[in-house]
Amino acid sequence: MIRSTHLPLIVTLLTFVLAYALCASQYPTMLSWRVVANLLTDNAFLGIVAVGMTFVILSGGIDLSVGSVIAFTGVFLAVILRDTSLHPLTAFALVLVITTAFGAAMGATIHYLDMPAFIVTLAGMFLARGAAYVLSTDSVSITHEFYDVLQSMYWKTASGGRFRLIGFVMVLTFIVGALVAHRTRFGQNVYALGGGAGAARLMGVPVASTTIGIYAVSGGLAGLSGIVFSLYTSAGYSLATVGVELDAIAAVVIGGTLLTGGYGFVAGSFFGILIMGLIQTYIVFDGTLSSWWTKIVIGGLLFAFILLQKGLTWASTARKKAATGFIAQS
Amino acid sequence: MTNDSLPMLHATGISKFFPGTIALDDVDLTLHRGEIHALLGENGAGKSTLIKCLTGVYRRDGGAIMLDGQTVDPTSTNHSQSLGIGTVYQEVNLLPNLTVAENLYLGRQPMRGPFVARRAMNEAARTSLKGFGIDIDPAQPLSTYSVAVQQVVAIARAVEMSGKVLILDEPTASLDLDEVKLLFSVIRQLKSRGIAIVFITHFLDQVFDLCDRATVLRNGQVVGSRVLKDVSQRDIVTLMLGRQLDTAPSAAKSAAVGAPLLQIESLGKSGMLDPFSLTIRKGEVVGLAGLLGSGRTETSKLVFGAVRADSGTMKLNGKDISVTSPRDAVAHGFALCPEDRKTEGIIGDLSVRDNIVLALQARQGWLRPIPRRKVDEIAEHYVRTLDIRLANLDVPIRLLSGGNQQKALLARWLATDPDVLILDEPTRGIDIGAHAEIIALIGRLQQDGMALLVASSEMEELVAYANRVIVLRDRKQVGELVGADITSVNIIKAIAAETRHEALQ
Repeated sequence: MIRSTHLPLIVTLLTFVLAYALCASQYPTMLSWRVVANLLTDNAFLGIVAVGMTFVILSGGIDLSVGSVIAFTGVFLAVILRDTSLHPLTAFALVLVITTAFGAAMGATIHYLDMPAFIVTLAGMFLARGAAYVLSTDSVSITHEFYDVLQSMYWKTASGGRFRLIGFVMVLTFIVGALVAHRTRFGQNVYALGGGAGAARLMGVPVASTTIGIYAVSGGLAGLSGIVFSLYTSAGYSLATVGVELDAIAAVVIGGTLLTGGYGFVAGSFFGILIMGLIQTYIVFDGTLSSWWTKIVIGGLLFAFILLQKGLTWASTARKKAATGFIAQS
Repeated sequence: MTNDSLPMLHATGISKFFPGTIALDDVDLTLHRGEIHALLGENGAGKSTLIKCLTGVYRRDGGAIMLDGQTVDPTSTNHSQSLGIGTVYQEVNLLPNLTVAENLYLGRQPMRGPFVARRAMNEAARTSLKGFGIDIDPAQPLSTYSVAVQQVVAIARAVEMSGKVLILDEPTASLDLDEVKLLFSVIRQLKSRGIAIVFITHFLDQVFDLCDRATVLRNGQVVGSRVLKDVSQRDIVTLMLGRQLDTAPSAAKSAAVGAPLLQIESLGKSGMLDPFSLTIRKGEVVGLAGLLGSGRTETSKLVFGAVRADSGTMKLNGKDISVTSPRDAVAHGFALCPEDRKTEGIIGDLSVRDNIVLALQARQGWLRPIPRRKVDEIAEHYVRTLDIRLANLDVPIRLLSGGNQQKALLARWLATDPDVLILDEPTRGIDIGAHAEIIALIGRLQQDGMALLVASSEMEELVAYANRVIVLRDRKQVGELVGADITSVNIIKAIAAETRHEALQ
């Protein structure tokens, strides 16, 4: 059954299919497993962080710190692997604990001090970026045989497309994220917060633990995204991934999630990421266009989706009174 | 003594102090099983404070609560819910973005392993709601249903989670007649299940229609508890006010009305209100009557320019004027007290003083601030003449009771010395005392030669002060009553003519 709340998701899906069809009609080679595999690989880190961002935005919040957290994670891993003999897996676990705790701390600040998420995560953004600079201002390359092992793990299709590990990690993150958001109590509480924090509190939603949990998830996924990014680039650099938080927000909104919270789907963000990746791929295929056209197209898409959301809100208030069913009773 | 004859809830000596005031002073409340108990009192009498003490929102400063024979001490809404005391508030406190079933089972969803068992939850919700007399698809978002249905869902949730005591805080305030009927049938059904129900409302008719007993609060004290079938409305009102009140609050109607002041020619907006024409004279009160959604509010907004009309003209004192925004309207000497006081009227965090001078200052322009002494003078003048009760002028207006907020809003517009005053539901949600005062004020303003346009859902009120009543139906003017023809019966006839609102016959 199709509900009005599903409409933005459907529009996102149609946009993706339409965009891919257009691209393929112009460059038939874009319709290959190789391109699909690269879409997943190249956008893996952005996709993972977009899952966390979806939770945050569904709850009516925002997390501006994730780009910096990714950079911090990369530098942290590079420095640890260069200066100590820790195994990368241990370093991964360590950095995930740090980033999750960092997110949880921001969530606690937002809840207990009753501060806007915008301000708190803005502070978090500067803190994480600063911490990355403190560790190293240079780009530190990562050379560890375990990294080589992870990077050489891929599944090759007959046509030569390589589905790499990090792409699988992203897809898995989306699946787990969707299950948590739509099928667990925590997920319901996230939607409840987005629908109205006051009502949610009166209905007995544990607002404190949910808020802390949401930002912990976002922080932890930013950490995972940082790990994936370090696998992708084989380096840690404190100036990397500037503005990724905005790309993630854009992907979530293009994916049909309402910026004010309460409505949206994790799967939508997946297609939001794919649409953004597709635009970039098209520009690469074209070869003559400046890559800044990506930004312009994304800007246009964002605007279109905001208009769509506004339109849906109007439409739903207009027919609010219509549907009611009483059993006649006296 | 059997368990059944024991009261469901027995609260004794409940006291609550706020800095500088005693909000509740040694209050007793007894609720029996299967009883609908009205909690009455003017705004500020302590009803909400008592409810908040019983449900653990506030910690009480004294007294004991016995629930079903056991001493309880609720510390939070969650705690009181799990003890068996559920509350439904005036504004539906559910989540419009979740489905009906999700709202009903939030926090206690049926689970299969780590996941919510959706199908089971929807089934359970459907069965549960059928038991309350509504048959809807619980997998749809709550926002697709009317306020009355949402209210029933809220009640269903409260009853299922608590099941001993149900507190309904002004549940009917935003419902129309049919919806109230639906709600009452649900409440009566709960009564037969043996639940003790507390019903808080400003509508005395509903109290006598539905409730068994009433406890009346005044100034934080219980002034009486009555079995309703033994007393009259007048007795209850007297208890609430502590003084006699003329049951029909009547303002002296000045027979002579002056020259035409405002002439409206076929003003309208497609999809919102059919074009209408209306002439208001100096010293005349024109009432707007009609059911909820008939176009009362829309009329007042169009005249004030809050919504831009797409047809029609207006003449003030015979001269054409164009009113396309509230700024224009204010410049021409119009004033509007809107229906929704909280969102369209008061600026909650500003002081009473600032709220009162707001419109005057806005008309002056921000470059010419009104001197502080003048501001104080104006504010104090209106606090005195309108009898606004407050500690001092610096308190944020949101802390005032509804009646006092309404008076402060009136003061805001009276300070601009308007020629045309538009009041939209001036007495909604305020207590009986303030109600009578506002009606008297309307009479005074009329005698001073002001032209008033008053939209109201309370017909007796219109009968009391209007020189003329315009009757609206389905966003159209359908009738006009003048002078002695203005009676509740005639208004109802005009509204009901050619419609199928059997409820009003």
